[in-house]
Amino acid sequence: MKYLIQRILFYVFTAWAAITLNFFIPRMIPGDPVKALLSRFQGQMSSDAIESLYILFGLDKDKSLWQQYLDYWVQLFHGDLGLSFTAFPSPVSEVISDALPWTLGLVGVTTIISFFLGTGLGVLAGWRRGSWVDGLLPATTFLSSVPYFWLGLLAIFLLAGPDSFFPSSGGYEPGLVPAWDQYFIPSALQHSLLPALTILISSVSGWILSMRNMMVTVSAEDYITVAHAKGLSDRRVALSYAARNALLPNVSGFALSLGFIVGGTLLVEIVFSYPGLGFLLFRAVTAKDYPLMQGIFLVITISVLVANLIADIAYLLLDPRTRKEG
Amino acid sequence: MTIPTSSVEQVIPGQGAMAQPDPARPAKAKRQRFRFIANKKAFTGVVVLGLYILFAIIGPWVAPYDPDARSEDLVQPPSGAHWLGTTHLGQDVLSQILDGTRTVMVVGLAAGAMATILSVLIGVTAGYLGGGWDDSLSALSNVFLVIPALPLIIIVTAAAPSGGAVLVALIIGFTSWAWNARVLRAQTLSLRRRDYIEASRANGEKTWRIILFEILPNLTAIIASGFVGTVIFAVTSEITLAFIGIGADSGWNWGTILFWAQSQQALAQGAWWWFVPAGLAIAFLGTALSLINFGIDEFVSPRLRSAGKTKVKTASGRTVRMRVGFTPVLSNSSAPHTHAKPIPAVTTAAATPVLKKEGSQ
Amino acid sequence: MTGDPILEIKNLNVDYGLGDQAVHAVRDVNLTLHRGEVLGLAGESGSGKSTLAYGLTRLLAPPGVISGGEVIYHSPDHGTYDVLGLDDKGLRDFRWAETAIVFQGAMNSLNPVHKISTQLTDVLEAHEPKMSAHARNARAREMLKLVGIAADRMDAYPHQLSGGMRQRVMIGMALILQPQVVIMDEPTTALDVVMQRQILGQLIELRERLGFSVIFITHDLSLLVEFSDRIAIMYGGRIVEEAPAGALYKDSLHPYSAGLLGSFPALRGPRRELTGIPGSPPDLKGMPTGCSFHPRCPKVFDPCADNIPVLGPPSTPDGSTRTVACWLHPVVTA
Ligand SMILES: Nc1ncnc2c1ncn2[C@@H]1O[C@H](COP(=O)(O)OP(=O)(O)O)[C@@H](O)[C@H]1O
Ligand code: SF4
Ligand SMILES: [Mg+2]
Repeated sequence: MKYLIQRILFYVFTAWAAITLNFFIPRMIPGDPVKALLSRFQGQMSSDAIESLYILFGLDKDKSLWQQYLDYWVQLFHGDLGLSFTAFPSPVSEVISDALPWTLGLVGVTTIISFFLGTGLGVLAGWRRGSWVDGLLPATTFLSSVPYFWLGLLAIFLLAGPDSFFPSSGGYEPGLVPAWDQYFIPSALQHSLLPALTILISSVSGWILSMRNMMVTVSAEDYITVAHAKGLSDRRVALSYAARNALLPNVSGFALSLGFIVGGTLLVEIVFSYPGLGFLLFRAVTAKDYPLMQGIFLVITISVLVANLIADIAYLLLDPRTRKEG
Repeated sequence: MTIPTSSVEQVIPGQGAMAQPDPARPAKAKRQRFRFIANKKAFTGVVVLGLYILFAIIGPWVAPYDPDARSEDLVQPPSGAHWLGTTHLGQDVLSQILDGTRTVMVVGLAAGAMATILSVLIGVTAGYLGGGWDDSLSALSNVFLVIPALPLIIIVTAAAPSGGAVLVALIIGFTSWAWNARVLRAQTLSLRRRDYIEASRANGEKTWRIILFEILPNLTAIIASGFVGTVIFAVTSEITLAFIGIGADSGWNWGTILFWAQSQQALAQGAWWWFVPAGLAIAFLGTALSLINFGIDEFVSPRLRSAGKTKVKTASGRTVRMRVGFTPVLSNSSAPHTHAKPIPAVTTAAATPVLKKEGSQ
Repeated sequence: MTGDPILEIKNLNVDYGLGDQAVHAVRDVNLTLHRGEVLGLAGESGSGKSTLAYGLTRLLAPPGVISGGEVIYHSPDHGTYDVLGLDDKGLRDFRWAETAIVFQGAMNSLNPVHKISTQLTDVLEAHEPKMSAHARNARAREMLKLVGIAADRMDAYPHQLSGGMRQRVMIGMALILQPQVVIMDEPTTALDVVMQRQILGQLIELRERLGFSVIFITHDLSLLVEFSDRIAIMYGGRIVEEAPAGALYKDSLHPYSAGLLGSFPALRGPRRELTGIPGSPPDLKGMPTGCSFHPRCPKVFDPCADNIPVLGPPSTPDGSTRTVACWLHPVVTA
């Protein structure tokens, strides 16, 4: 329990750091671009909305930095991330909450599948060294060196097209209305197949490799020799003794590399014009929609922190040594 | 992005004992440093990396065209005149790639160097000084580790006044040191407990001398592997930024090519030559760097090596893979084997052997 | 005390590596373990004791290979067979049921992520599949009691136990299938002296009760003199002397055994000077010619440097019960 509380405190601290970064970064932008954007939409904005953007970007030069910081926090607690310029006049929070489920569905699910698949293959590669899985390693190294988005481009070029089963862009058939029904769900699944495959292929090799290396390292531990000496079946030694222990560093590695992985996977959305946060971020960057960029960064960071916490809980359940001493 | 997979990087505090380099290393390190190149993977990686560096230097000169020059040949497939075809403006793709190599390599290496310096400063300080220093520096690295790097880089570069390659390198370097700092901290911590370091400290050796002459030399492999890993990350990030249109005004790089290819419908036009070469250039560079890192890994923990003879012929005439838990019995054994055949009870006296070697009477 | 042979190691050779790069860590070892006997195996660290123990059970990790010899096991129920000739399945059945091992690194012998009970019962699951879960648990409990651990520790994880307790768990685990042979590789080195003696005392008592044989490996000859019936001394991968414990203690024939005995204070009887052995153990890659001990031997003489002495019965009055490999005591050929 103490371990978990420590972790939670750390994530709260990290969230604070990220939010503070998010407070300072826009203040580096010379005031003009935001002011320019503001003046473009001047007539159409409520004074509340303008006020909120002033707070987000520190345009109000009369206030002290500290006062600005406090205002910023107050505003965040009201869930107010400002107005998006690209999706004017929708608030950023609304635009993001439309995109978030798509990203969670695509990136979240494929990342988890990739982790389990890669870990499984890594167990095989590490246990049966010199088997066919080892032969896979060079290919996976090559694939993991390719940027995810380029693999996406290639996938579209090779597999998608006007008469292909795989749609080349979007999250669902144009004309459908997002709903949990028999028209929308299959279409959404069909649209996510190719991006999911892209993410899977480029991310799985990392897990294979790290799990393989952990298996090799763990195989030399005394308790593995003991397990063999006990005459246990190969399966039991491999899974219950070697893999079970090799999994631990891989799970903490999973938590730590989420921050890396998420970046790459978001890019895949761009290539496929997938209606998630990554594509949104791309549009925000192109249009210099600063409030949207800031909001997306915050939401992605918080999601990664939550995912980290979940991975920590998994670790806690897997490793008795982190539980309360008995 | 690349998931850091190096085993050296798998040193998790508390489990550090598993991946520590051989304690006998200090003495041997020098001699073995040269053997690293003898590793097939590392050698291949170094050669390919060398080619890239060569093209980073001579690329803009050997490029057949000015990468910006437009021509009449719009979106032409590869031909004698344009080996890698042309863009929507009739620009030569090969020239763009050659010209872009310099930016890519400079940004990658500069960001890698910067991140490495930061990680050594922070990781070694945290590991060596311990206490409050360690707590705060570790927390700092962990914060940088869990905050998603690419989105952070994107919002910082987007906010910065039109950057240029140097700024991009700085930002990437500044955001990607944390993983290596963490690994270095763990290693330093375990090195610090070694006898010879403890002895130096007891002798009143100056802290900076110990760090410089006793700790750092033993961290070389890890620092090198961290550097290579960061270069991979930096190259990918830089290209990604260019691909989404950030820093596109700072000259050609492979990401810029992909940016134009994507935005000008290269896919729909079937213009594979426009985006395939740039991707392959990234992929081969990344693979070369990964190979170098595998080489370093296997050099630090020989156990990971998959090379070498793993199959042996056993007494029963079959070929088996060497594996943990079932030691093979070689076929060239001197004594005749009696497999599971009942053997008459032997008395102690009869079992007393006489050696067949040169010394037997 | 001693009965028929139960385990006969014949001409066992174990290498690390293959071909030219092979390091010969165990050479031409011949040893016989009798039913109910405690056979001690001593020698400086690096002399090949562990390699011998792991080699004969085929537990050596790569690059270890067995390059020759036989390990004949006389099973009370299944006849006589060569352990080195068993296939994987045969080897799995043989392991733990016939020969159990308590390892050198007993601290790390337990899987950190499973409860003690799981690790005790999975042996039963593997070897006695017909046993009910309830019976397995009862058995595990009984073994813990046997080695003096309260049954409520069944659900503990290894990190919750002290070093001594982990060691006891391992001994209990080794006895759970009532094997004929228990090999103990420096089982107590990590423990303090009091704990060592206590655990060993328990073990010997158990042996008398359950009737298994023990190969007891240590670099600490004093323990062996106290607890074993016969002692074999290893040097540079070879057995250099083998004798009943008392005889070896009173009257060691090989200068290396004498040196080892001189390295620790006498337990009982007259005090003698602590001498130790000057020099360092041989490098396996560059073994000295002749008697591999000759560069360090205080009694080295003419034949030693060129000819390998043969292990065999010496011409002493008690010669029929012991063997030695030293030119000071030429072998009597019958
Ligand atoms: N994996 C290995 N590769 C090469 N040599 C080894 C290996 N393991 C052990 N050795 C060598 O084999 C010899 C015997 O080691 P060991 O059986 O552990 O000795 P002991 O148990 O008597 O201390 C030592 O000299 C050691 O250096
Ligand atoms: S054979 Fe010679 S060198 Fe070897 S132990 Fe005997 S006396 Fe010493
Ligand atoms: Mg040993």
